[in-house]
Amino acid sequence: MSVFIILIITSVLVAGGFLLAFLWSVKSGQMDDDYTPSIRILFEDEVASKKYPNNNETI
Amino acid sequence: MQVESFQYDNKTVRNFAIATIIWGVVGMTVGLWVALQLVFPTTLNLQPFFSFGRIRPLHTNAVIFAFVGNGIFMGVYYSLQRLLKARMYSDLLSKIHFWGWQLIIVAAAITLPLGISTAKEYAELEWPIDIAITLIWVVFGWNMFATIIKRRERHLYVAIWFYIATFVTVAVLHLVNSFELPISLFKSYTWYAGVQDALVQWWYGHNAVAFFLTTPYLGLMYYFMPKAANRPVFSYKLSIIHFWALIFLYIWAGPHHLLYTALPNWAQSLGVVFSFMLIFPSWGGMINGLLTLRGAWDRVREDVILKFMVVAVTAYGMSTFEGPMLSLKSINAVAHYTDWIVAHVHVGGLGWNGMLTFGILYWLIPRMYKTSLYSNKLANAHFWLATLGILFYAIPMYWAGWQQASMWKQFTPTGQLKYQFLETVTYMRPFYAMRSLGGLLYLTGAILGMVNLFKTIGKGTLVANEDAEAPALEATHEKHKGEHWHRWIERKPTLMLVMSLIVILIGGAVEMIPTFLVKSNVPTISSVKPYTPLELQGRDIYVREGCYTCHSQMIRPFRSETERYGEYSKAGEFVYDHPFQWGSKRTGPDLAREGAGNNKKSNAWHFNHLDEPSAISTGSVMPSYAFLIDHELDTATTASKIKAMQTLGVPYATGYAEIANKELMDQAKLITANLKQDGIEVGSNKEIISVIAYLQRLGTDINKK
Repeated sequence: MSVFIILIITSVLVAGGFLLAFLWSVKSGQMDDDYTPSIRILFEDEVASKKYPNNNETI
Repeated sequence: MQVESFQYDNKTVRNFAIATIIWGVVGMTVGLWVALQLVFPTTLNLQPFFSFGRIRPLHTNAVIFAFVGNGIFMGVYYSLQRLLKARMYSDLLSKIHFWGWQLIIVAAAITLPLGISTAKEYAELEWPIDIAITLIWVVFGWNMFATIIKRRERHLYVAIWFYIATFVTVAVLHLVNSFELPISLFKSYTWYAGVQDALVQWWYGHNAVAFFLTTPYLGLMYYFMPKAANRPVFSYKLSIIHFWALIFLYIWAGPHHLLYTALPNWAQSLGVVFSFMLIFPSWGGMINGLLTLRGAWDRVREDVILKFMVVAVTAYGMSTFEGPMLSLKSINAVAHYTDWIVAHVHVGGLGWNGMLTFGILYWLIPRMYKTSLYSNKLANAHFWLATLGILFYAIPMYWAGWQQASMWKQFTPTGQLKYQFLETVTYMRPFYAMRSLGGLLYLTGAILGMVNLFKTIGKGTLVANEDAEAPALEATHEKHKGEHWHRWIERKPTLMLVMSLIVILIGGAVEMIPTFLVKSNVPTISSVKPYTPLELQGRDIYVREGCYTCHSQMIRPFRSETERYGEYSKAGEFVYDHPFQWGSKRTGPDLAREGAGNNKKSNAWHFNHLDEPSAISTGSVMPSYAFLIDHELDTATTASKIKAMQTLGVPYATGYAEIANKELMDQAKLITANLKQDGIEVGSNKEIISVIAYLQRLGTDINKK
């Protein structure tokens, strides 16, 4: 049943990768603010088109 | 701080949206078709291309990878750009991604009805398509990560984490599970055999549910639900905990698909423990989604989009409650192989994925086309049809599943099995009919949705490039300004190290895995011998016809099963099975010991049964395989198949490939001679002979002296 070894190594590697990502996210301050991101995504400022005034397109 | 102007790419999002709608309707139509095949088996099984065994995989692949797949990409391409305040990295990559994915879907839609299948559930596509999937997936990841790198928003919103997890994990799962040895353009054998293949397959299969149907959609939920409700997610903190907990638990849950099988017990227990733990993050996420609407429940009454989303999140809660419950061994003992599981996946698929997809579509399309939804009434009709459809689908199937399991397990006071298998099949027919009605309702809703969305598209104009402004991202100075340069150079070698480690691991794995696997396949039961060439060919036809979609080959150690099917299955019996054919559903009886003990039938019985199943077993829902009598067996492939098996470690004698066809004909002639005694005249070069040979071999080795 050596496939166990393969699957466990693969799974541990994936988990380890995510653990590193988790540590990075904590260290780099991704988790510092656990409120404003949820508000921020609600604001989408509409911008009047300057560069491409006629960029509308139909199918 | 300099404000930069840029445009969001809406065209790719629109393309994925249209693909989602069309493939959704196609996939559900095929679903309705396979459902009705069980009600009208003789009229709706158009042999050979559109038989249940061939188009059931078409249905699953279409709804998972075409409908939900395009839905994922639609949502990711829309939300990722806005969350990162950046256009997708490359329009060309977006285009390749879109068209590549559609081509893969078309390839699947052509090859599956042709019987080109690996017979591994949800991974049925053959090796050239597997390679194409890998390439397109890399394109998707490249595009996504490059966009993340050039983002204008430092913080990665929780949805993005879900997308990243989806990309990474699906890539790993697909690569590991698709390890196969091609013998021709459209045929390959998996490197794994028997129990090992089963474990890899369900490690993949479960995580396909986890990382294709769940994590990306959770990301979409965390973006589109707050947007549609116009209020922030209930708890952002909880969403982060939801993500990290889910990621670390999900990947270990796969073995719960193999409870009570020949998989070693410790692995089963591992799967159970992790599956059970999953209920906590899943319900945390579900509650987080529903509570997002706190104080806005009055709007749910009016806003059809929110209605769709509420049902979706509720369905997520239901299926993630049911999942851990079904993973408990005592419940699994009842539910496994029954239609209960079919109900479970459809609550997830129709409820969670389907309803969320349509909710997002109704929100997204009017926005990108700068118009309002064509008809709210129509959307409401869609909502009710879909919701009722789910109920009409799930309730009969739950009922049926329970009943089916009870009938399988029931004994008379004298200790005999109370029901013939066929009695359970005929009992199921009305439930199959009711479930088809549920499917029809759901599909009707989806078609109304399609009309509504296309009308909306017709009355608006697409903003192909949507203007946006955002300040450029400041360079990270972090705490110590003077350390910036130092830190930068410091990070690179680490990155280099990690990258080279990954490359080395992949290289090492590719070299080691084959030998590793082949060596570990030493037979544990000495009487178990490789298949004869004729049986091997017959087995490949069994694979081609998708017999595993209705017949399991794994007898669990329960009295109700050993009485019905014979001695329970042992791991050592499957060492030459590339791929394993344990199956996951018993619409028909288990075939693990079809050729042994009380189950043994004559060659003539098999011939007549395959020719016209309902003539032998009145009320059978199995389609006729009469075409196997006309089709000639392709013996040109025998030598290459034997050689491939030798590469995979199956101990055929050296040079056996050359004499294989002679042995094949000898065995075939014996069977035709035997059939002749029963008055059946058939050429020994026909496909049916090899299938009979395979069926007669099943489960016999263990009793050989």
